[in-house]
Amino acid sequence: MPRLHTDRLYEGELRKIREMLLMMGAKVEEMLSHAMRALIERDTELAERTLYIDRQINRLEMEVDDLCLRVLARRQPVASDLRFVTMALKVVTDLERMGDLGVNICERVVELNEEPPLKPYVEVVNMAEAAQEMLREGLDAFVAGDAERAQAIVERDSKVDAYYGAIFRELLTYMMENPRNIFRATRVQSIAKYIERIADHATNVAEMVVFMVRGKDIRHVGKLERRGASRGEPELGRRSPPPPEASDSDASLRDMMSVARGPSSRRP
Amino acid sequence: MTAVTDSEASLRLRGARAEGGAEATAKMSAADLSAWFGDKQALRRITLPLIERKVTAIIGPSGCGKSTFIRCMNRMHEVVAGARTTGDVLLDGKSVYGADVDPVRVRRRVGMVFQKPNPFPTMSVRDNVLAGLRLSGIEPPDADALVEEVLVQAALWDEVKDALDRPGGALSGGQQQRLCIARCLALEPEVVLMDEPCSSLDPIATAKIEELIHDLRDRYTIVVVTHSMQQAARVSDYTAFFYVGELVEYDHADVIFTKPSDPRTEDYITGRFG
Repeated sequence: MPRLHTDRLYEGELRKIREMLLMMGAKVEEMLSHAMRALIERDTELAERTLYIDRQINRLEMEVDDLCLRVLARRQPVASDLRFVTMALKVVTDLERMGDLGVNICERVVELNEEPPLKPYVEVVNMAEAAQEMLREGLDAFVAGDAERAQAIVERDSKVDAYYGAIFRELLTYMMENPRNIFRATRVQSIAKYIERIADHATNVAEMVVFMVRGKDIRHVGKLERRGASRGEPELGRRSPPPPEASDSDASLRDMMSVARGPSSRRP
Repeated sequence: MTAVTDSEASLRLRGARAEGGAEATAKMSAADLSAWFGDKQALRRITLPLIERKVTAIIGPSGCGKSTFIRCMNRMHEVVAGARTTGDVLLDGKSVYGADVDPVRVRRRVGMVFQKPNPFPTMSVRDNVLAGLRLSGIEPPDADALVEEVLVQAALWDEVKDALDRPGGALSGGQQQRLCIARCLALEPEVVLMDEPCSSLDPIATAKIEELIHDLRDRYTIVVVTHSMQQAARVSDYTAFFYVGELVEYDHADVIFTKPSDPRTEDYITGRFG
């Protein structure tokens, strides 16, 4: 971890942002686990109570935004502090969106609870646990400044996508079997889709953690490569990207330094 | 500007990001440069290019050797009793410390602007601009045109064109500093060294000087020593971080202020020092 700031007030502000982000993440986790319990136990009252956690998440979002703006205006952060504050401004949006999706899940649970159960919802719960774990790991990586751990989370998004695919296919069979299943099946499908989106947001958080720690943007490039490879498209993705330290400009600066060093005629 | 020499050509490099693909040339460079004040070593084996027509900022805590470094660039260091240097400083690929080199000539090609604006207070604005030339024994053929040209370059002309006979000391601090920059430019330098040019100025005057620095790099190679990290981030193309006489890190300013590679740079610019 980096050393503490000379200015303790500044240090306190950065710590406060960190704590609020973690609090938001904890609230999202809470929403997701309560929503799943409300689904399995058919507990409409719990689902309705869970909706209100989103308000706390929204309030935290505004507080984080506000504090980040103040830090940018008054401290003019640079280097790792700048990466941290810009990351916080982005991550806060992902966390807030996760809260909104949590609300959507609870609404669908309430609707489902008014109907007889379609089937046991084991896969949906497993999927939610996988998404929740991605978020938890992401926040742990954020606290520990562990880019490797964050990078591993990005890879796990495909597992959640696979869950969604399987659930969707199963629900299709229910719907084809009997049109009366359609209402409930589409509710369940929506819940699975919301969880899949939550995992996408957790992936964004993990990518931002990698950026915060390493100063390296891993978004999109990796995804494009992975998609290209999985579709059997031309081996664009397989080509390894140039190593980060070997950019032309870095090389030219190094050359410049060594050329400058070259004609070192030592004066007496 | 002097013609490009062979050794300068050897310094030409392609592909620097900041140049958008154009070639980057080292106008000056320090090669294994060390400096002493008596027994006290102020600079330790600095090797650093100053890229042509770019702004290089030098940052670091007090006593890190920033000012000593730029004073070695135009041979101002040696005027202090007991001061000496080893290593070399190249200007267009040629040593400025060569036996046949006249230090006065070096100081004309490599001009300097100081921390505190130091116009001659009772001398008129006009004479202040020409003072450097006259001290070198040069009377420019068309003095009025020259005065206007350099005052325009120093972004001061509009403010003083009707007051060229007023004393330099009657100008505001920011105007005085721009007058000193004009005086420096009148000598047609190729490199301009600025030693904390804004530290005694208010934010508006500072903004004017910074804008001026930005404009001047079309014609000059500029080095700015500054205590203000924000200023270095605003004005420089390249930034060097010095610490206790050593060059810790040198890179594009964008890199230094978003992703420095040395933890000492990171600690200093984020305010985790000392």
